[in-house]
Amino acid sequence: MDLTLKVWRQAGPGTEGRIETYDVPGISEEMSFLEMLDVLNDRLIVEGREPIAFEHDCREGICGSCGMMINGQAHGPQKGTATCQLHMRKFSDGDTIVVEPWRATAFPIVKDLVVNRSTFDEIIAAGGYISVTTGAAQEANLTLVPKAVADTAMDAAQCIGCGACVAACPNSAAQLFTSAKLAHLNLLPQGQPERWDRTVRMVGVMEQYFGSCTNHGECHEACPKEISLDFIAYMNRDYRKAIVKNRSLIAQP
Amino acid sequence: MATTTRPAAAELATTKRKRPWFIELYGTALGKKYVMAITGIIGMLFIVGHMVGNLKLYLGGDHLDVYGEWLRTIGEPALPRTVFLWLLRGLLITAVVLHIHAAWSLTRLNHRADIKYTNRRDFIAANFASRTMRWTGILVGLFIVFHLADLTWGAANGDFIRGAVRHNMVHSFRRPPVAITYVVANVALGIHLWHGAWSLFQSMGWNNPRFNQWRSWFAWAFAGAIVLGNISFPILIVTHAVTY
Repeated sequence: MDLTLKVWRQAGPGTEGRIETYDVPGISEEMSFLEMLDVLNDRLIVEGREPIAFEHDCREGICGSCGMMINGQAHGPQKGTATCQLHMRKFSDGDTIVVEPWRATAFPIVKDLVVNRSTFDEIIAAGGYISVTTGAAQEANLTLVPKAVADTAMDAAQCIGCGACVAACPNSAAQLFTSAKLAHLNLLPQGQPERWDRTVRMVGVMEQYFGSCTNHGECHEACPKEISLDFIAYMNRDYRKAIVKNRSLIAQP
Repeated sequence: MATTTRPAAAELATTKRKRPWFIELYGTALGKKYVMAITGIIGMLFIVGHMVGNLKLYLGGDHLDVYGEWLRTIGEPALPRTVFLWLLRGLLITAVVLHIHAAWSLTRLNHRADIKYTNRRDFIAANFASRTMRWTGILVGLFIVFHLADLTWGAANGDFIRGAVRHNMVHSFRRPPVAITYVVANVALGIHLWHGAWSLFQSMGWNNPRFNQWRSWFAWAFAGAIVLGNISFPILIVTHAVTY
């Protein structure tokens, strides 16, 4: 299939960017979106031009590095799919595809389609961990976790931190990311000692960089792991309890 | 990792001493969302009461005027006349002011956080109601000012008689432009309520998979009932189905 690509090109952080148009002929529908970009980049290198910078690593939908805005949709048109797992059969011959980096104040552009998502790391550093005593591992069966709870925590833990939720959100809010990172710890027994403190800290860092939630639901639609909006409600509930009931005083680590 | 938590915890303790916890909470975006939800609930309760009260128009006679007079006398003889009414008005004014301030400051936060795409976002879940909350909100706010001028202060109503609720209402809504204004404003209110009545559950963290479907049913039912009830007054009066 023959495609026309309109790609955001930007030499570096803070510099002027622009959309550039490329003809990409002879694309197989079995290629992934990233392989299609590889084909274009190969040609650009041969022609002595600067290849398009985009972030990628595992190419199997679990590392979260390959996010880009494809025709106005985060990770493109297929639901529950990261860009690397999006295949060209989702497009048709002659299509024009617009590719842009994530856009949010909290995600400054590094180059072309690569953005700096270290604000996510800051949210994690604020409380996305549990403090455990080092030493011999305790007997695993001592801490029982109901199946339903383990499943829900696993649903939240699926978040790969790609940033599609922020990219798709009209407010550039990071509620779905933060709530997923909170829920997979706050639901489990191991996460309880720091639960209230963690919620206050991670929300605090989130609000320094990101917008607020107006319950559009775009984040869930964009999420390659289809993380549920329910986690946002759980975060709002835990934050309310942590502040109003002041439980962090009882639950200090 | 354990050592990193200590200085931050100390910081939290010192900021807590400076301002009361609810002021601190209002300083956060999540806190403002709780305020949006709670003041929204106060507004919703008022809207239901307001509409149910107005339905007395259809009982005919002086039912509506008697009801209007009763509102002034609630709490008597424990409270002097209109004291309870003014307390209620105070609560409503506070709620409206907080709702607007929180919305304004959250909107500013969101505009700071968001950068526009060259190629517009293709919205999938966001609907007309959720994306126009601030505009329907402004519309309803302006309408409330007109509505007060029309039927509370009487300034926008040529033949206003204080206390003659039914007479004022019929006289006002007989003017077609006014009737149209009321219908349009109440449709805007309905759109605002439809998103708000669902959204508030998420903001407050009231989420239970067993009842989540009920939240959108509730939003439909609530917004629908309010719009139908409220637009029936101007429509039935402007068509002379309801007279003095």
